[in-house]
Order: sequence, then structure tokens, then C-alpha cells
Amino acid sequence: MNWYGIKAIYIHEMERFRRTLFQSLASPIITTSLYFVVFGSAIGSRITEIDGINYGSYIVPGMIMLTILTQSISNASFAFYFPRFTNTIYEILAAPLSSFEIVVGFVGAAASKSLIIGCVIILTANFFVDVRIDHPLLMMFFLILTSITFALFGFIIGMYAEGFEGLQIIPILIITPLVFLGGSFYSINMLPEFWQKISLLNPVLYLISGFRYSFYEVSDVSLLTSTLTILTILIGCIIFITYTFSKGYRIKD
Amino acid sequence: MKNILEINNVTKFYKNSVKALENVNLNIKEGEIFALLGPNGAGKSTLINSICGIVNFNTGTIKINNMDIVKNYRTTRKITGIVPQELNLESFETVWNNVNYSRGLFGKKPDHNYIEKLLKQLSLWDKKDNKIKELSGGMKRRVLIAKALSHQPKLLFLDEPTASVDVELRKDMWDVVKKLNKDGVTIILTTHYIEEAEELSDRVAVINDGKIILVDEKDKLIKKLGEKTIKIELFESVKKINGNLSKYNFTLDQTNKIISHTYNLNSNTTDITELLNDVKKDGYKIKDINTEQSSLEEIFIKLIQENNNELVRN
Repeated sequence: MNWYGIKAIYIHEMERFRRTLFQSLASPIITTSLYFVVFGSAIGSRITEIDGINYGSYIVPGMIMLTILTQSISNASFAFYFPRFTNTIYEILAAPLSSFEIVVGFVGAAASKSLIIGCVIILTANFFVDVRIDHPLLMMFFLILTSITFALFGFIIGMYAEGFEGLQIIPILIITPLVFLGGSFYSINMLPEFWQKISLLNPVLYLISGFRYSFYEVSDVSLLTSTLTILTILIGCIIFITYTFSKGYRIKD
Repeated sequence: MKNILEINNVTKFYKNSVKALENVNLNIKEGEIFALLGPNGAGKSTLINSICGIVNFNTGTIKINNMDIVKNYRTTRKITGIVPQELNLESFETVWNNVNYSRGLFGKKPDHNYIEKLLKQLSLWDKKDNKIKELSGGMKRRVLIAKALSHQPKLLFLDEPTASVDVELRKDMWDVVKKLNKDGVTIILTTHYIEEAEELSDRVAVINDGKIILVDEKDKLIKKLGEKTIKIELFESVKKINGNLSKYNFTLDQTNKIISHTYNLNSNTTDITELLNDVKKDGYKIKDINTEQSSLEEIFIKLIQENNNELVRN
């Protein structure tokens, strides 16, 4: 293993995060605060509780997931697309690094950034509502696994994107709607039966549900199904990246 | 001297089926400076990018230190460095971070003393805390060289190292290259500045349309393919070349006082002693004699033209 190589990529990416720390943290903190104002205060005054949990507290895991998913994707996609755009990728490709090591460096950094932001959101949420974490280890397990999985997904976008606009298309058009419709701000039990069934087709629902279970022991689907879903997406991303690297497609053409 | 690089039958197609390299065979000896010449789009960059692992090639084998670059990529890439043609650098990073980052990528333990020495050698030490965007084009080119040398490679590829730099800086770069070679680094440079190849290289290859059309020692190449011109300045002007001199295809300059004859060094068709005797026999008094040898540039243009004509015929 080229540990120094992995460390170089990781530190290089984290350094970028440090340089733009204010923007990196200010944006999710402001967004979270706005969600609390809009959803927590305005809607929360009408929906007081869901599954016995105060509405403001209930939406915290969903908000964290929304941020983790979007940040993991955008961090990883930008991190890999940027050297492609500036052509500085030549030295990564010329270095004695396996594709696995390249992915570990980039995805590790993107997931770390998301985890830091996730933790900041939990702290921010505490200023607005009571946040209880019944299973901290399980919460960390979901947080880490989701960050890594969606950083891998972002890495794929970074490999295939043709321009900076391409980096935004999937997060805006697919991920954000899936998170909003995946029970971030409500329980699917509140929906009519038909829409409940439709919601079950949304993989993000399982992530939010499992994550919410780690906080309040309430969930829309079983913990096992949630875990298997996230693992399936993770394995799918790994297979896709391995295949792309082995063919050199869009990287070593 | 042993081969540090062996390229056998390498072919590369791009996605749109454009053949970038066709059955390229080339051996590079350890310790030499090798120049790869060719017009734009000839396949120079594709070839070195294939050797360095930046692009995949389709068929053939490439060995560095007798090790296959695909199977033993970790070992072979550790001793290889590349300076790209474009100024590909992260503008917002400092020189120091940029160079240390490159060393890390190549699996080397941080060595701040070595990086300091390297930056001093390349006159970059006082710029170490500057961001790349604050540097001039020449400085950026030096940073690229520092990055390529950060892991102490044995084989260095310079892709158009002096492209779009001024004459003074070009000379500086040449000094850097000579110094590196003196320190034991084998250097392969691609260029379309013939004077660069002429100044630096031990051997030269000419690539055109993805094919290596010639490999030879620079001096031999000039001798083998080079033409020489003898210019004889006379005391009196010549109205018409006739008599004994008519057999030499002399040309007259505007002053009608300098007669020039071009001959091939290898052909043995021109006997200079006899030629000078004939000048004397025709009654001319010689004021001065000057000879000019064709440069690599002229040879290069001739070769490319011949090769292109052949391609058209085929």
C-alpha cells in the first residue's frame, strides 16, 4: 500500500476544506437554522409530535442525512473533477497509486468533511430542540457508512462529469428530491397507502429511517433493511468505480 | 550502457479510433538525454503519457529497468517523473505544499531538507510560500520540474519543457536539464524546437503520424543526413559561372562575389581539393572560404516532408 500517497491526497483535500472553512461550515449551519425556523416553528406548530417525538426533534436525523448526502456527493465529485478540469490529475495517474488508493484518499477526505459537517449540524440542532441519541454507536455507524457511500457516488459523478454544471445535475435533480420524499420531515405512515408503497421504492427512505432509529428508536422500516440498503448502494458504487478504473474510461482515454 | 526504457510494438488508439501510436519501438539508454522530435499531433505526448501511465495503450509492452510498467507499476513509476507540456498546477496552493504533495503521491516519506535543496537549486526557495497564481510562467515551469523531481526519479520526461518561454529562460532551462543529467538522471524530452534537441540531446528520434521514422545519435544524424555548403568569396565579381566551375552547380550571391556549392557529407561526390583547384584554374583569386552545415531543423523538415509524401503515396 502507498500510505504516503493516500495521506498526500487526503491532506491535500482537507487543506482545501480548511482554506474554505467558513463557507464550508456557514452554509450548512445557516441552512439547518432555516429548516428549524420553517419546518420546526411554522409546520411544527401544527404537527406537534410524530411517533411520540417532538416534531422539531423528529426532523433532526432527516436534516443531517440531507446534508450528509449532498455534502458527501458535492465534496467528492468536486475533489475528483477539479484535478481533471485543471489537468493536475496527470500526477495522480503517473504516481505509483492503485485505483483503490486514489479512491481511499479522495473518498476518505470527502467523507471526513461530511462527518465534520454532520457533527456541526447535531450541535446546531441542540440550540433549537432537544436531541436525544439512544444508540450513539449505531448513529456513528450510519453516519460513517452513509458519508462513505455517497462520497463514492460523488466520486463517480466526478469521474463522468463533463463540466461544473454536470456536478450539480444529479444532486439537484435526483438526490435532493429523494431526500425530501424519503421521510426527512415526516413519517411515511402519514401518507396515503398508495404513496407509502411508492415511498418504499426510494432508497433514501431506508437510510433516514435507520438513522432516525439510532436517535429515537422509531423507524418506518426495519433496521436490517436499512442496513442492507446502505450496504447494497456501497457495494454498487465500489463495483462501478472498479469497473470504470479498470477500463480507464474517462480518465485514461 | 544498459537500457533504462524499452518500448516494443506499442500501439495506441483513441476512443474515436484515431491511431495515435503505431508499432512504436524504442530503447533509451541509462544516463542519456534523448530528444523526441515531431510536429504537433505526431504522437510525442501520447507516447510519454503512455510510458508514465497517464493514458492506457492498446498493444505492445513498455519496460523500465527491465520491468513491465503495467505489471510492476509501483516500482517503475517510483523512478519516473514527468513535466507536462501545459502549466498544470493548482493556482491556490503554495509552491511548498505543491512540491511536498507530489513527493507524497510517489510514496516517499516527507523530506523537507531535500525539498529545500531542490527549491534552492531551481531558484524557487524565496517563492516557497507564494501561491502558484502569483508566479510568472517561467517560475511555474520550474515548479513543475520541482514537482517531477520531488521523489528523486531516475528517468525524467520533459514534455516540451521550453514551450512558450523566452530565450533567456530557455537557456536557464537547458542548464537545469544538463545539471540533472550530470547528476545521473536519464532525460527524455519532446520538443519541436530543433535547437533544443541540438543543444541538449545525445540521441534523437523523429516521430510523425504516430510512427518513429528515425532514431540515431544526434551528431551522426547531422553527418548522415546533413548537407554542407561551401561558400567561396572572391576578390573580383563573377559574371557567369562557366569553365571548370560549371560542373559544380555553383550559385552566385547578389554581390556576384560569393559562389556557393552544396554537397552531401556522405556522398563523396565532391572533392574539395579539386574544387578549389578548379577555382584557381579558372583564374579566380580566393578572398575567404566558409562552410555551413545543415541544422537538425533542416534535416527534420526534410524527413517529415519525405514521410508525408510517402504517406500520401500509400
